[in-house]
Formats: sequence, structure tokens, C-alpha cells
Amino acid sequence: MNAIVTKESLPEPRPASERELLLRVDNVSLSFGGVKAITDISFDIRKGEVRAIIGPNGAGKTSMLNVINGFYHPQEGTITWRGEVRRKMRPYEAASQGIARTFQNVALFKGMTTLDNIMSGRSLKMSRNFFWQLLWRGPAEREEIEHRRKVEEIIDFLEIQAIRKTPVGRLPYGLQKRVELGRALAMEPELLLLDEPMAGMNLEEKEDMSRFILDVNSEFGTTIALIEHDMGVVMDLSDRVVVLDYGKKIADGTPEEVQANQAVIDAYLGVSH
Amino acid sequence: MFYREAGQFKTSYEADQALFPIRQDKIGLGIILLVAFVVIPLTANDFFLASVMIPFLVFSLAAIGLNVLTGFCGQLSLGTGAFMGVGAYAAYKLTTIFPDVNVIFLVLVSGFFSAAIGAIFGLPSLRIKGLYLAVTTLAAQFFLEWCFIRIGWLYNYNASGAIEIPTREMFGVIISGAEATPLARYFVVLTITVLIAFLIANVLRGRIGRSWMMIRDMDIAAELMGIRPLQTKLMAFAVSSYVCGVAGAMMVFFWLNAAEPSSYSITLSFQILFMVILGGLGSVGGAFMGAAFIWILPIVLRAIPNMLDVDIGAETVEHLAFMVVGALIIFFLIVEPHGFARLWQIAKQKLRVWPFPY
Repeated sequence: MNAIVTKESLPEPRPASERELLLRVDNVSLSFGGVKAITDISFDIRKGEVRAIIGPNGAGKTSMLNVINGFYHPQEGTITWRGEVRRKMRPYEAASQGIARTFQNVALFKGMTTLDNIMSGRSLKMSRNFFWQLLWRGPAEREEIEHRRKVEEIIDFLEIQAIRKTPVGRLPYGLQKRVELGRALAMEPELLLLDEPMAGMNLEEKEDMSRFILDVNSEFGTTIALIEHDMGVVMDLSDRVVVLDYGKKIADGTPEEVQANQAVIDAYLGVSH
Repeated sequence: MFYREAGQFKTSYEADQALFPIRQDKIGLGIILLVAFVVIPLTANDFFLASVMIPFLVFSLAAIGLNVLTGFCGQLSLGTGAFMGVGAYAAYKLTTIFPDVNVIFLVLVSGFFSAAIGAIFGLPSLRIKGLYLAVTTLAAQFFLEWCFIRIGWLYNYNASGAIEIPTREMFGVIISGAEATPLARYFVVLTITVLIAFLIANVLRGRIGRSWMMIRDMDIAAELMGIRPLQTKLMAFAVSSYVCGVAGAMMVFFWLNAAEPSSYSITLSFQILFMVILGGLGSVGGAFMGAAFIWILPIVLRAIPNMLDVDIGAETVEHLAFMVVGALIIFFLIVEPHGFARLWQIAKQKLRVWPFPY
């Protein structure tokens, strides 16, 4: 399961832009009072691809993720999820439809152990009611063990066996990020949103994390949308990139196309006036 | 050295997820239960049972109830006293209406009334957090206390305004009312407390307990993992109030025999809250330790001058006990803000590596 998979070693069935549509964002605008966070953005995410969202600070990347998983409700535009136009929904509804996410600044449950944190990702898949929980012996325990098996697979996959029983508040930052990825994976999502999964990491940790992201994508077939500032990582990992600046979309395409785009170069390097 | 799990290998997830995964803990729990169920009833006198053990168990149960809400779900509540009162008045009305039904059953049923009331007063928790929520639960405290005073139906229009517990039997043994022996009451209180503590510990380690802790630690992320905030918080309010309600009903049925509205005042709420904070937020064992500290320690302190034959006035002893307990509370909170439960964890860790420092 832990075999190192590189992008090159995988058979590439067809270009990402021709795969089945998973999520489409059409003309979405979001504003907070007078502040326009997102203006008229459209793009799509296709099944099985790694989609990067990049842009300078304050470009609206995180707001876009928040729109996708229901924290913010855009004033205009529609979101189509698996062919159906989505109503205004709460984050827990997005979760039950298969959208998981990690946060820019780690949002783990600090008082709980690594194991409990990842088990919490299974919440939606567990169903024994309060009275079975009271008894514990019997159905509730069986269910707990069944999900514990799944969680242990994820723990193996992420190589965090040694910190299974450690409260996450005590872990170093890089491991916390990894546990957070594990928690999102435990939901077995169709679409995994990663908000700066490599922020604040050293080179080695970044390489580990990149490997995990590629493995998740290729082994579980999970579609991934990620925000990242490390251009090397973005260009290596992603199939397609969408570039935002000041809440507007300025480019969309393969990493090569985006790199060559003059508007993107201007946004990142600045233009002389 | 004495407390070491070396050599105790777990071969199944079942064993790994047990409430007490380490053998020494199982033995320790066995000893505590043996003392509580056999040694104390055989040796203790009536005073010890009626004034020390029964109130201690009642407060422990109430502290477990509040711990579910505050320690595990992170919702601060100052309405505990009132929720206990709802349980007491509900049980009193139930036994008035159904005099032939077993009183233990009625006490357990009365918890559902306080669970319902608790869930209603938990509604603001969707929008309000922390100290502000504490203020809204304060409204519950004052409103319910007002009900206990003003609604005569609740106390059967007694001239005294208090509820007096009638004599009730089970299997030919009187278990409530003034004639009940402390021993019989002790067994009832002990059994209910141990049973509920065990059931609550089960809930806390499963899916539902985890969902409460998720809300406590990071509510936004919890919602993202599919937890519905309102349902989860209301469930915590209901479960917490149920346990508090049963504790409140036991308080009047098996300890005080009679209760006035002022028995369930804000003082009681604070007392329970202090037990939870001192014992350790988010620990069932801590609730027992906190209750022991707040209830048993002053009694022990008051008994010391008598034992040593020192001749000082009863009032001075009372004041001294207050001062010592107050100083100790400050001392323990400085040493370990996370309460006795954490101190116990640290002590276990030290025992594990003893005689080496680390």
C-alpha cells in the first residue's frame, strides 16, 4: 500500500479535461457587505483529477473552498455537484455528499488522540443509536471495531502508527497536518479539498505530503482540489490549475499553459506601470 | 514499577478499546467496588453513611451530569441546580400520582422530565458560546426556581412550600421517607450512581461521545465531518440534564427527606461546577474526586479538632474549615489547572517509571 507512486509510472487514461464532470461552479459571486471576495468565477473539477487553485494572497482561494463545502453561500451563480444543481446547504450536508476538507491552519480536535481524531472522520458512517451506545457490548462495539479497522488502514497508509494514542495537541506541526489529512481520508470522500497542505513544512515533509496526495489520488481514486503556494509542488502534482487574482479568474489550464500565461506572470511578479 | 503495563499485550481492538485496558486499573476498580458494596456497609456507622457517603454519591452523579455538558461538549452551564430540582419535583409529583409504583423506577423516570427541560434551555447554545451561554442558563436557574416557589401544584399546595418525601418500600424494605435506614438508602444511591456512571462512560467512548468532544474542540471542523451542531448540543443538554435530574431526585428521596426551592438554588449549581472544575473537565473519574474534595474534605476537617481533643468553638472550626478548603482549592488549581483527573494521570506516569525520574 505504501509503494511510492510517481505521476510518470501511472498509465494516464485520457487528459483531465475530458474526464467525467464531478463539480461545476458557474458564475459564482460572493461578497461580504462591500467587499467582493469572489467575482463571477466559473470552473469545473473532473473525476479523478488533481485540481490546483492558486493565486496571490487575498485572491479568494479559501473563500472558493468555503463556497464549495457550504460554509459560505454565494449571492450569485450555481454549483453543480454530480450533475445536480445544489441548493443552499450546510457544511454537514456537503460532508454527507462526500466532500471532505483540511484547513489552512490546522483544525484538529486538540483534546483527542490521533486515533480518536481519525475515528471522528467515520462519524457519518456510524449509525448505532444512543441506547446501543449505552450498552456498548454488542452492536455498538462491533461497529466501533469495524471502523477501527478502516482507521488503522489509514494510520498504516500515513505511517503514523507510533502516535496513535498521543493527544494531537502535543504533536509537531508536520504530523498534525498529516493527521488532519488522515481525518479527511477517513470520510472516504469523493472530493477532497486541501487548503495549503504544505504550508510551513520543510522540504522533506513536503515530499512526504506530496507522495501521500498522489497515493490518495491514484489508489483510492479520490478527486483532489488543493490550494498551495509552493509552485514547484503545484506544477508537479496537479493535472489542471485555476488561477485567481482579486477574486477573479485569470487563467485555467494545464500547469504548462498556466505557467506561460502572461496574466499569471503579471499577477505574481507585478507589472511596471 | 508497581504500575506498569509491560507484558500486557493486546491482541484485539476489543481489548485495546476497553474502558480499563490495563490490568492494574481493573484490579483497582474491583477493589473500589468491593469497598463500596461490602466493606463500607459492614463497617460504617449511620452518620458516615447518611452524611458522608450518600451526599458524596449524589454530588458525584450530578458532577458526572454536568461534566457531560461542560467537560465533554464544552457548553458552560449554571443551571445544574435547577435541572436537579426539576428531577426532584418530577419524582415527587410522580410518586404522589402513582403511589404504588416502585420509587426507584420513578426517580429514573423523573430524569426524562429534566432532560426535556434541559434540552429546551439548551436551544440558545446554537448561537451562543462560553460565558454568554452560562448567562442564558442562569435564566433557567432563576426561572425554574421561581416555578418551584410559585406553582403550588408542584409541592401539592403544602403550607410549608416544601416537598416532603413519603415512605416507600421495595421488597418489604423501606427505602425512602424518614423511616428508611441509611444502609438501605446507601445501597440504592450507590447502585444507581455506579450504573449511570458506567453507562455514561460507555456513551462517552463511542460515536456520540466523540461527536460531543468534536463540538467542544473545534465546532467548525466538526460540522464539516458531518456533525449537526444543534442536534449534538441538544443531546448533550438532554443527557446531562437527565443525569442531573436523577441526582436531584435522589438528593431529596434518599438523603434530605424534604426539600425547599432553596435547596436547588444557584449555590448548588456553583457547588457542582466547582466539583467538575476541580475534579477535571472531561473525566468521569474526576467527577468523583471533585465531589469527594468539596463534600468530604470539610467534614474531615471539622472532625479533626474533636479527634485531637482540642477545645475550640464549633463556629471557629467551621470558619477554619472554610479557610483551609479555600486555600487548598487555590493550591490545587495552581498546581494543576486541569484538575485531579490530570494529577492522577501524572501520578500514574510517575509510578510507571519509578524509581527512575523519567
